[in-house]
Amino acid sequence: MKKRWLGYAVLLLVAALYIYPFLIQLATAFKTDADATAHPLLPWPQQWSVSVFKTLAEQDFPRWAANSVFVSVTITVGRVVFNSLAGYALSRLRFRGRNAVFGAVLAVIAVPSVVLLIPKFLVLNQLGMYDSYAGMIIPLLVDGAGVFIMKQFFDTVPVSVEEAARIDGAGPLRTFWSVVLPMSKPALITVTILSFQGSWNELPHYIVSRQDPALNTLTSGVASLVSGELGQGNQFPLKLAAALLMTVPVAIVYFVFSRRFTQGTYEGVDK
Amino acid sequence: MGTLLTTPVVPGTAPLRGTRGRRPLRREGRAGWLFLAPTLIVLGLFMVLPILMALWVSVSDWTGSGSPFSSRVKFVGGDNYAALLAEPGLTRQNFATSVRNNGYFVLFVVPLQTAFALFLALVLHQKKLKGRQFFRTAFYFPTVTSSVAISVVFLFLFSSTGTVNAALKLFGVDGPSWFADPRGIFHLALGDPAAPPSALAGHGFLGLSWWDWLSGPSVAMCSIIVLVVWTSTGGFMLMFYAALQNLPPSVDEAALIDGATAWQRFWRVTLPQLRPTLFLVLTLGLIGTWQVFDQVYVLSRGNPANTTLTPAYLSYSSSFIGHQWGQGAAIAFLLFLVIVAFTLVQRWALRERK
Repeated sequence: MKKRWLGYAVLLLVAALYIYPFLIQLATAFKTDADATAHPLLPWPQQWSVSVFKTLAEQDFPRWAANSVFVSVTITVGRVVFNSLAGYALSRLRFRGRNAVFGAVLAVIAVPSVVLLIPKFLVLNQLGMYDSYAGMIIPLLVDGAGVFIMKQFFDTVPVSVEEAARIDGAGPLRTFWSVVLPMSKPALITVTILSFQGSWNELPHYIVSRQDPALNTLTSGVASLVSGELGQGNQFPLKLAAALLMTVPVAIVYFVFSRRFTQGTYEGVDK
Repeated sequence: MGTLLTTPVVPGTAPLRGTRGRRPLRREGRAGWLFLAPTLIVLGLFMVLPILMALWVSVSDWTGSGSPFSSRVKFVGGDNYAALLAEPGLTRQNFATSVRNNGYFVLFVVPLQTAFALFLALVLHQKKLKGRQFFRTAFYFPTVTSSVAISVVFLFLFSSTGTVNAALKLFGVDGPSWFADPRGIFHLALGDPAAPPSALAGHGFLGLSWWDWLSGPSVAMCSIIVLVVWTSTGGFMLMFYAALQNLPPSVDEAALIDGATAWQRFWRVTLPQLRPTLFLVLTLGLIGTWQVFDQVYVLSRGNPANTTLTPAYLSYSSSFIGHQWGQGAAIAFLLFLVIVAFTLVQRWALRERK
């Protein structure tokens, strides 16, 4: 009995360590500069203030948010379509060289992304896509891990479901679109969430693919804001409010899909 | 980069079902390539082609203006690599410093996050535990949040007038100004001696004295270590948790009946069964920690006194800020080799012993 009580105490303490920083973030966003400096431990403001949100609204923040939404949504839609097409081809369509292509996709995922930082810039530059939405979006439209997840899923779908369509004379595209895809909701949701979260949180690619401040996403914009574009002072309430706002969309996605997310993400990890 | 931990590469492939024994149809072949076309074009243009271009840049004297393939750009052979590894000078010293910093970062983060993730997964796996969903959410949430947002929060927590120091003050401890303190913690443990032993200070490797190699992570780097362990534990916890859920309970029960203690059951029964997951977590951990970039970019940009400089950030800053593109590309490839080497060593160390 005593031991179990101790276990819960330890677990609650660890949970507090994980939650407290978010509480501090939430509270500090509504504090004044002076209050934040004087009472950094308090998870509530001494005096409520929403002035930093007004400041953010007057700054470039709305523009960054709009860019983030546009870029992430486009990338997510593209990834869901392209990953499932590629996953289906690698799982179901028989053609020469399929295994070689699959091996190549796996090999490409294994290359550390930091190695690609400079090279991606070089290619974008050569293609004249530097400093454009196209340059920010297109390189992220495909991710090997997503192709992999979709292929794994299609491998588990029994072939018999497609047979009827095939006998009726439906081609591969039709079979894929109206028979297999509607059955693939769990995998599609997993890929959607991972893609949205990944592209929303992406930083290095948005740093190297553009320079124009008008193309800042929330990640690159807030990163530049933190490194002191606002001039003097710490301005922690402002920075934390910006960080808070950029967390909201992923938080919503996370809590809405939480159950499916935590299951889907690591499905098949230990097989 | 920051998303590496949240998009795990799933190992092993299920066997192909139902597609064997039938002759490939021409129609399917055409459709197959059509379906793969967008993926192959994007991967080819933005993964394969870039690597080849960067290989060329790393052996050229391109300075960032014009095309790297114009006739004015010259082949310089291994010069860029030599500047990083062989020739005495600031370039070599900075590279060695970044490798040292990242080495300590890996040395601290990987064991901590793995052990902590396994511990939390084992606790959550207890059937009697109440509020499991709540704890899982609490531990996992930092993993899904943007590394930029988290870094901003930690900047506040660890600022000199911040939350951590305020908490330390409650215990009568004067906290350091975390992100401004370049002193290595191993040096601090020795009382921060002004005059290091000459045997260590006089000799070195890659332009850095042994004394500097043995400094330990700086106080500033320790804040980043705490941040990354805090952020990444949740994702790895979930992998261990999924693996634990899939273990057959009968093995554990058999050990219990044989009179094994909880500790023995963990070391002899549970842990060996978790070997594949452990391998996955360590591999992802090593790959991720050797590439740490986002947090350094937001929090410190290599400061103070280069003690949070990492090869990934150095590669970026050499190219995009210093316009030494050849060197930046060379650093990226050296980092790639380091990661490959570590993965191979780890594979060897964790191999199945028969």
